[in-house]
Amino acid sequence: MPTVSMTVNGKEVSAEVETRTLLVQFLRDHIGLTGTHVGCDTSQCGACVVHVDGKALKSCTRLAVQCEGASVTTIEGLAANGALHPMQQAFHENHGLQCGFCTPGMIMSAVDMVERLGNKLDEKTIRQELEGNICRCTGYHNIVKSIAAGAEAMK
Amino acid sequence: MTEKGIGAAVLRREDRRFVTGKGQYVDDLNRAGQAHACFVRSAQAHAEIRKVDVSRAKSAPGVITVLTGEDVAADKLGSLPCGWGITNKDGTAMAEPGWPVLAQGRVRYVGEAIAMVIATTRQGARDAAELVEVDTSPLPVVVQATDAGKKGAPQLHEAAANNQCFDWEIGDRAATDAAIKASAKVVSLDIVNQRLVPNAMEPRAALAEFDTNSGLLTLHCACQAPHAMRLLLGAFVLNQAEHKFRVVAPDVGGGFGSKIPPYAEYAALCWAARRLGQPVKWTSSRSEAFLTDAHGRDHVTRAELGLDKDGRFTALRVSTVANLGAYLSAFGPLIPTYLYATLFAGQYTTPAIHAEVRAMFTNTTPVDAYRGAGRPEATYMLERLVETAARELGMDPAELRRRNFVAADAFPYQTPVALLYDSGDYAGALDKALELADVKGFAKRRAEAAKRGMARGIGYSTPIEATGAAPSAIAGQLGARAGLYESAEVRFNPTGSVTVFSGSHSHGQGHATTFAQIVASTLGVPYENVEVVEGDTARTQFGMGTYGSRSTSVGGSAIVKACDKIIAKGKKIAAHLLEASEGDIEFENGNFTVSGTDRTKNIAEIAFAAYVPHNYPLETLEPGLNEQAFFDPANFNFPYGAYICEVEVDPETGFTRIERFTAIDDVGNVINPLIVHGQVQGGVAQGIGQAMFEQGVYDESGQLLTGSLMDYCLPRADDVPSIDSGLTVTPCPFNPLGVKGCGEMGTIGSTPAVINAILDALKDYGVSDIQMPATPLRVWQAIRNGSAPQAAE
Ligand code: FES
Ligand code: FES
Repeated sequence: MPTVSMTVNGKEVSAEVETRTLLVQFLRDHIGLTGTHVGCDTSQCGACVVHVDGKALKSCTRLAVQCEGASVTTIEGLAANGALHPMQQAFHENHGLQCGFCTPGMIMSAVDMVERLGNKLDEKTIRQELEGNICRCTGYHNIVKSIAAGAEAMK
Repeated sequence: MTEKGIGAAVLRREDRRFVTGKGQYVDDLNRAGQAHACFVRSAQAHAEIRKVDVSRAKSAPGVITVLTGEDVAADKLGSLPCGWGITNKDGTAMAEPGWPVLAQGRVRYVGEAIAMVIATTRQGARDAAELVEVDTSPLPVVVQATDAGKKGAPQLHEAAANNQCFDWEIGDRAATDAAIKASAKVVSLDIVNQRLVPNAMEPRAALAEFDTNSGLLTLHCACQAPHAMRLLLGAFVLNQAEHKFRVVAPDVGGGFGSKIPPYAEYAALCWAARRLGQPVKWTSSRSEAFLTDAHGRDHVTRAELGLDKDGRFTALRVSTVANLGAYLSAFGPLIPTYLYATLFAGQYTTPAIHAEVRAMFTNTTPVDAYRGAGRPEATYMLERLVETAARELGMDPAELRRRNFVAADAFPYQTPVALLYDSGDYAGALDKALELADVKGFAKRRAEAAKRGMARGIGYSTPIEATGAAPSAIAGQLGARAGLYESAEVRFNPTGSVTVFSGSHSHGQGHATTFAQIVASTLGVPYENVEVVEGDTARTQFGMGTYGSRSTSVGGSAIVKACDKIIAKGKKIAAHLLEASEGDIEFENGNFTVSGTDRTKNIAEIAFAAYVPHNYPLETLEPGLNEQAFFDPANFNFPYGAYICEVEVDPETGFTRIERFTAIDDVGNVINPLIVHGQVQGGVAQGIGQAMFEQGVYDESGQLLTGSLMDYCLPRADDVPSIDSGLTVTPCPFNPLGVKGCGEMGTIGSTPAVINAILDALKDYGVSDIQMPATPLRVWQAIRNGSAPQAAE
């Protein structure tokens, strides 16, 4: 079995994995970061979104060994020194989550959205940009509000 | 102190762990030495099992054991239980064939578990599952409930002649027939309420452990009702006594009904853990979820509504065939009967109603509760009929409704189909919706859309539902095999903080926040000093769990009842400490005061005195301040609302967009408006999903064609609109909080509003009916097939 090493949330990690291990399994099962979720097996739901080398990625679509040497940020790495990231805070303040299962992926996608498109995001843009993330609980209404507010707050 | 009490939009305290990735869902849990299970599932919808050869799988690397239906039989596991019995028209009991934990001799739907492979790793179990050889001979298949009763149809169960589970009725048939006959106008519709797949985003998961020393079996599973799970699995399947069986439902990622039943996998895991003395874990894949999570809806209905010459409803006659799938799921029989036909009065005074429902077994995934469970099917049928009647009579649909509403001064109102409505002002909600939706401005918007070549339509729905299940005595008469109260324990700790234990279960509903608000208001303690505990049979005394929008009205009321007992005991303690008589003690805002004086003790001081009883009436009163209560409601409660949807259809493509959606709900008193609106918004999106996107499709061989999120269309952010939601408040008189359920209204109310709006948009094209989901293809075809001449262009 190959050993794979990468930086996750600023920490060097490495583990021996089967080649077929997905990045999401590596994060969850090998290094114990269970905030990244698995909601499907067809890369539709976006519960597994993390940032790899600064870009949002569905971590169920990449093998761990493909991420050798990469820098990965997961939902656990977003809050700095105990203070919530502005996007996390915005989801809280706008009731942008119910069961919370889609939330890590939503927040990681949202932060990426702001980094790509800037701090002024209108409803239409947010809704279209969320095409890779499914939420079954909120009806998206408050997720859209959260992301608009979080984008502002990230200035 | 009450700024975070009842009525305040308190931000949810559970959010922090979820937004930081620290939620603890079942798949996040691991135990030292745990094994992993993988289920070998039937690829055929109906087949005789000739042989299950596990020899190769057993010798694969890392495999601990492989168990099959024969092992289930040898270990005498019981059949998966059904929680509700229905009585046929002729007084006989429904057919109740068994459902083995692992298939025995025959499989009856694609996805049915045949064998369980247990290995040291998840991947190892999956690999070995591929090596299990199942030798079958295929049998003919039936998937539609309307085909299942036909002559010569393949038979699923010996215990269910003609595939029929039951043939049930409610209401006065003779009176209804006569009233229909005498009606000035009869409107009829043939409706398919299509099969849906619930798709909570967290797939089901379980981790079972067995302590060989104590004999304690512990099951962590993604479920909505841990005590009910323990009761049903322990007593009926596993023969595991409750004091040696703990069920924990930690963070659960959505349920919508699909996480109520005691599924085969949970029983199998418990059994395996007990056999092996080793923890065993299983997490469903999404593909497995599509095949094995209980599905929802799947009704075929013929409905007729009679009206007199003034547009007053005279009678409603409904005949439904319901698909129960291959086996009886826990509440399968309840959904198309008492949760369905009892809602047929809607918000209206229809004097005569009769409904008959035949429920059939087919070679499909078992059907059970999905958000709304029976009530969306009822409401869709009724609200479509009402709007069709308005269109055919050339009447304003709002006016037709108003003419038939139960009047605000007519409560309590007895319907002809068993329910006693509690309270309401239906016209008030409709008026508010008309205003918020700017219905006055619709004609202008329609004309403006027409200029752009778009067909704009408006549709209404005025739903009602029954929540807060249920008065146990009534439920028992109707076939419930359990009580339906809720329990709570309110425990003061010695230094004044409060721990609340509830039998409800939150899987997104925010109980940790809402219930703490209730306690803060009732006991006058700071919200921050209240902790809410749920989801663990070892911590909460008992509970029936969360479904049917019951948690606040039943579970919250149990908490209030326990708080009342705390106050009653507190008065005794205060009387002693203040040297007054108990009758002179008043309680308000957390303070016990001798009436008419300033002599007072706050509740924290009382709690301290109760736990450090140095100055305490020990001869007449026990120390401690910890009370338990069970609340069994005297009636259901009946939230209602008025929904208005506005769509634009592109007649060239059939593409439909919801431009505005207005939802006015009356859920009685509101504990936390933030959460109530959130529930409505999420519910509306699911209802829109049924109207426009979702459908579980089987081919004739019983293969689920919509078996993944690539084929089954869940609404995405860009498919649904923002929701304009508002509330009116008519308190429920049947519970101390005056609340009604809010979890399902959005789903129940929105579906007919959407379809009514689409049909309004298409009326100029000669389209009067469309089946769900109204996909662009269906809308386009409807326009092409419509009777309007321009449609042929
Ligand atoms: S797990 Fe669903 S997209 Fe990755
Ligand atoms: S909050 Fe439950 S799936 Fe989004």
